[in-house]
Amino acid sequence: MNNRILKEKFVGKIMLILVIFSGVLILIMGIALYIKARPILAVKPFWELMFSLSWHPLRGEFGFLPFIMGTLWVTGIAVIIAIPFSILSAIYLSEYASKFVREWTKPLVDLLAGIPSVVYGIWGVLVIVPLIKNHIAPFFGTFSTGYSVLSAGIVLSIMVFPIIIHISLEVFNSVSNGMKEASLALGATKWQTVKYVVIRKAMPGVIAAIVLGLSRAFGETMAVLMVAGNVAKIPSSALDPGYPLPALIANNYGEMLSIPLYDSALMLASLVLLLVVLFFNIISRIVLIRVEKSTQ
Amino acid sequence: MELKTHISVQNLNVFYGNEQALKNISIDIPDKKITAIIGPSGCGKTTLLKSFNRLINTIDEVKVSGKVFVDGENIFEKKADVNRIRKKMGLLSQKPYPLPMSIFDNVAYGPRIHGMNDKKKLSAIVEKYLIEANLWDELKDRLHSPASKLSVGQQQRLCLARGLAVEPEIILGDEPTSALDPRSSKHIEERFLALKNDYTVIIVTHILRQAKRLADYVVFLYLGELIEHGPAKEIFENPQMEMTKEYIKGVIS
Ligand SMILES: Nc1ncnc2c1ncn2[C@@H]1O[C@H](COP(=O)(O)OP(=O)(O)OP(=O)(O)O)[C@@H](O)[C@H]1O
Ligand SMILES: [Mg+2]
Repeated sequence: MNNRILKEKFVGKIMLILVIFSGVLILIMGIALYIKARPILAVKPFWELMFSLSWHPLRGEFGFLPFIMGTLWVTGIAVIIAIPFSILSAIYLSEYASKFVREWTKPLVDLLAGIPSVVYGIWGVLVIVPLIKNHIAPFFGTFSTGYSVLSAGIVLSIMVFPIIIHISLEVFNSVSNGMKEASLALGATKWQTVKYVVIRKAMPGVIAAIVLGLSRAFGETMAVLMVAGNVAKIPSSALDPGYPLPALIANNYGEMLSIPLYDSALMLASLVLLLVVLFFNIISRIVLIRVEKSTQ
Repeated sequence: MELKTHISVQNLNVFYGNEQALKNISIDIPDKKITAIIGPSGCGKTTLLKSFNRLINTIDEVKVSGKVFVDGENIFEKKADVNRIRKKMGLLSQKPYPLPMSIFDNVAYGPRIHGMNDKKKLSAIVEKYLIEANLWDELKDRLHSPASKLSVGQQQRLCLARGLAVEPEIILGDEPTSALDPRSSKHIEERFLALKNDYTVIIVTHILRQAKRLADYVVFLYLGELIEHGPAKEIFENPQMEMTKEYIKGVIS
């Protein structure tokens, strides 16, 4: 009896320590990046760096805006494509598909999550880039090399599908049958039931799924780097190339470090990326709490 | 007792996969009476009830054969309009399932999905049926708070109000009091007695005393078969079948 209570306390403590540890880890990473970024912050104020357009390391100009915009474009496009597709897929799988389809599709979707991102990148180069160059850009009457924020967005959206589908599927499945039956028994159609009851009840979980997908999208490096074009200019349309923050860091870290302040600038870029993801997570947490209150 | 038929079940068979849950059931359910479906656990009471509003068809791998006539229309016919049929019946389940919205929206849900949008009329409907479910006085000041915050007994009465708001002819209850405390159960039972003047009420129950208190007509199922059915008085006082006698004496449970 005593032993059991002791164990209970012990396990509780261990878990608490693990939780604190993971929180502290982010803090430590943030501080470390900040220390490394200090040399450049000593020369130029933070906001000037963030809002400057000019990226000429040899001249000592480190403007981050093109990269921030590149990240936002790529992530934005990915999200616009991924959200409707993956949520509708999850609804189809949980509410409409036959048992057979459900049981075959689920492992396939999960398999998508395990494919290394280089493979997605190569697929993007071989399929999406030519598609945009030869068909989509001419369709809109413009020219594009195909290496663009649109390509990166498309590849990225496919990479976040499995995360969003998997989690929202779990969430939809957790809506009780009794609740769906209550709606159907009133004469509601299946779609009305899905729209007004299932999605409503599942909304907080679906938002959490999207947030997780998005967090991955912000930080995904390899595949994006291979198709985004990597030109340090703000993209003016989806068919223009872009240069997202993670690609900047991965492409240059370890190579150009002889240039003064370059290394410090990259650290600042990492710090900004970390802050962006953190900021985004906090905002979505707030939204989540609001939504949870309204859908009880 | 003069009985008019409301629901007529003819040779109904229901299979879950390969397991037969209902075996060749034929009964007539009387109009504007309380019919109690009784029988031991697993005998197919819920299955029979779900066949009346075709919720049975929402379950994977179910096969149904036979006919169920409601107001003379076979509801299992291919071209039958399921949503219209379901609208004719209010359902109270074993556990109350309030929808994830406010008290008001729960009651207004049915009318809304059937195309009613007039705010004034909706308010009037909500008030009328909350009164009918004996909830109005308790809840009139917090109609816009979430329904999930109510007590289980209140939730079940809310589900009753929600069901009544689509103006059904039939009320189906699947052990509607089994999750409730005695006081809330009594509340619901009183509602049923009041409602039977205007509605055909069918309840599943395994509480014999409840069946005795409420039922005009009794259907006794055992292992998927219809053993006996008839006016409550006859079934309880003078059962014909040995099985029914034993169940009523409490030998089988
Ligand atoms: N969804 C299902 N899938 C497979 N078998 C089922 C399903 N629902 C019910 N059954 C089976 O059908 C038979 C009848 O079940 P039913 O739920 O109709 O019984 P019941 O009389 O309502 O029982 P209880 O009093 O316990 O609620 C049981 O043997 C049960 O195991
Ligand atoms: Mg049952």
